[in-house]
Amino acid sequence: MAELHPDNPYAPDRFPDPKSHVEFPPEARQRFEHILTRYPNSEAALLPTLHLAQEVWGWISPEVVHYVGSLLDLSPATVFGVVSFYNMYNQRPVGKYHVQVCTNLSCMVNRAYDIYDHVCAKLGVNPGATTPDGRYTVTEVECLGSCGTAPVVQVNNDYHENMDVQKVDALLQRLK
Amino acid sequence: MEPIRILTANIDKPNSASIDVYLGAGGYKAAEKALTMKPEEITQLVKDSELRGRGGAGFPTGAKWSFVPKNAPKPTYLLCNADESEPGTFKDRLLIERNPHLLIEGMIIAAYAIGSCPMSYIYIRGEFHYGSTVLEAALAEARQRGYLGKHVFGSGFDLDITVARGAGAYICGEETGLIESLEGHRGQPRVKPPFPAIIGVFGGPTVVQNVETLACVPLIVNNGADWFKSFGTPKNTGPKLYCVSGTVRKPGVYEFPMGITIRELIFDHCGGVPEGRKLKAVIPGGASAPMLTADEIDIPLNFDALMKAGSMLGSAGIIVLDDSVCLVEAAWRLAKFFAHESCGQCTPCREGTNWMETILDRIERGGGRPGDVDNLYDIASNIGSVVDLKDSGKSLCALGDAATGPVMSSVRKFRDEYQYHIEHKSCLPGTRRNRRLDMAAAH
Repeated sequence: MAELHPDNPYAPDRFPDPKSHVEFPPEARQRFEHILTRYPNSEAALLPTLHLAQEVWGWISPEVVHYVGSLLDLSPATVFGVVSFYNMYNQRPVGKYHVQVCTNLSCMVNRAYDIYDHVCAKLGVNPGATTPDGRYTVTEVECLGSCGTAPVVQVNNDYHENMDVQKVDALLQRLK
Repeated sequence: MEPIRILTANIDKPNSASIDVYLGAGGYKAAEKALTMKPEEITQLVKDSELRGRGGAGFPTGAKWSFVPKNAPKPTYLLCNADESEPGTFKDRLLIERNPHLLIEGMIIAAYAIGSCPMSYIYIRGEFHYGSTVLEAALAEARQRGYLGKHVFGSGFDLDITVARGAGAYICGEETGLIESLEGHRGQPRVKPPFPAIIGVFGGPTVVQNVETLACVPLIVNNGADWFKSFGTPKNTGPKLYCVSGTVRKPGVYEFPMGITIRELIFDHCGGVPEGRKLKAVIPGGASAPMLTADEIDIPLNFDALMKAGSMLGSAGIIVLDDSVCLVEAAWRLAKFFAHESCGQCTPCREGTNWMETILDRIERGGGRPGDVDNLYDIASNIGSVVDLKDSGKSLCALGDAATGPVMSSVRKFRDEYQYHIEHKSCLPGTRRNRRLDMAAAH
């Protein structure tokens, strides 16, 4: 059988495992309740709720899709449609450190591809992949809005600006 | 022309994001004053100032506000577009992180002027996580002082602001894409009309304004329309933030009266291109703006002059490209961006942007075919155009049109470089390829 594309919504592992149960821990539940107060309807709370879910679980698993849908009275298809539209929702587990290298024009002409290739080689992963120990995921991303301090590398939520191959090496050291 | 510090007046002070520093510099006086005025007076003042939207289109702000119907059946909303994702643009981030209260004050005034309901939103791109925490902290300070909440400044006006984070989609910077996203949907732009001023977010009349536009509003209320117009030229007024990046010695955000020339900005203030190199091309308004050659840089950086020159000011993201840059690779990289960010709704854009990327990729790798340059023309005119208005309007929003801008301008102005690639299967001597082609398959 031909291999299924990793983002294929019909792949067997895109369906929730009935044995696994997800639920927001109390603190996250409180934040979720607060989010609901900020919008005139529950559907509008979908993006912030998904951000919250990703903060809790690291990625948006099929179980989380169903859970968030049940919280907001949306179908899993609606939720998955939104998850798959936006770049920042991880549809697969990512490493502890998600290293995102911008290679758009201003970064590219300041040698962002050297950095990207170096990080992949150094960690021994293909672009977009996660190291076997689950520590790092490396992805190429589009413009991060930091062109004046190009090249820029985002690790999880933090920007690292004015990077070069030496600095990114030192950064990877610190992330161990 | 000398640099000015108006929008950027506070940014170098320690704790510039705090309300105390902002109040120390006379902050929130404009909002207090505005709330004693009639809403129509504020709109008229903004009209008189000739302020034009800083997000890209340059639409007159006061006119936008006056389109909002009175007594609409649904609540009216003010949305701040802080989605800043146009490659080459990073000015709003500076204001958000270093001067958030200027934005909040601008929102209070604008919300009051358009008759907003008690909730406004700042839609900030998801990657600006730090910026969103700065805004949250600033909003909490403003609430504590009674500048937000019930009876703002003791008036009968109620307003609170929520920070809504995007999740990584360039198209959500398009105002109806932003509205869809804020409603919890995929960020696919809407059919217009109805325009957002009539039916926008949650079914109500909606005004969407860029961060920098809103930041100009308190300045206008404080100092008057004539003061604002004293910067720049008629119809292109006010202090303006310019973002300079690319192969330039001193990249960064620069503030000037609207209309400094590209040459002056790059060579007098940004140190020019690196030693031993020559300027080759400039993208004057973010990735959507058609390129200009090194001979075309005596143009003032304002809306009308750049439009006349066949380009646009857009978001004022000036990307400098020196003679070491392979323009085919540069065009390919932008085409790849637009292909990635096309929302997939309209066929000309969804298919066309991918074909542009594919053809530019093969030309750049040395696999270009003799008719490829003509193919690019053909595809681009089928997607749309930012330059030839007869070709534009084939899709619901401007993304497709924009995608053709840098690509087609580079083909038109640097056709020899494309032909060289096709004939010699390599880049022009003296230019360097950034992608390693053995890695390129994986990219």
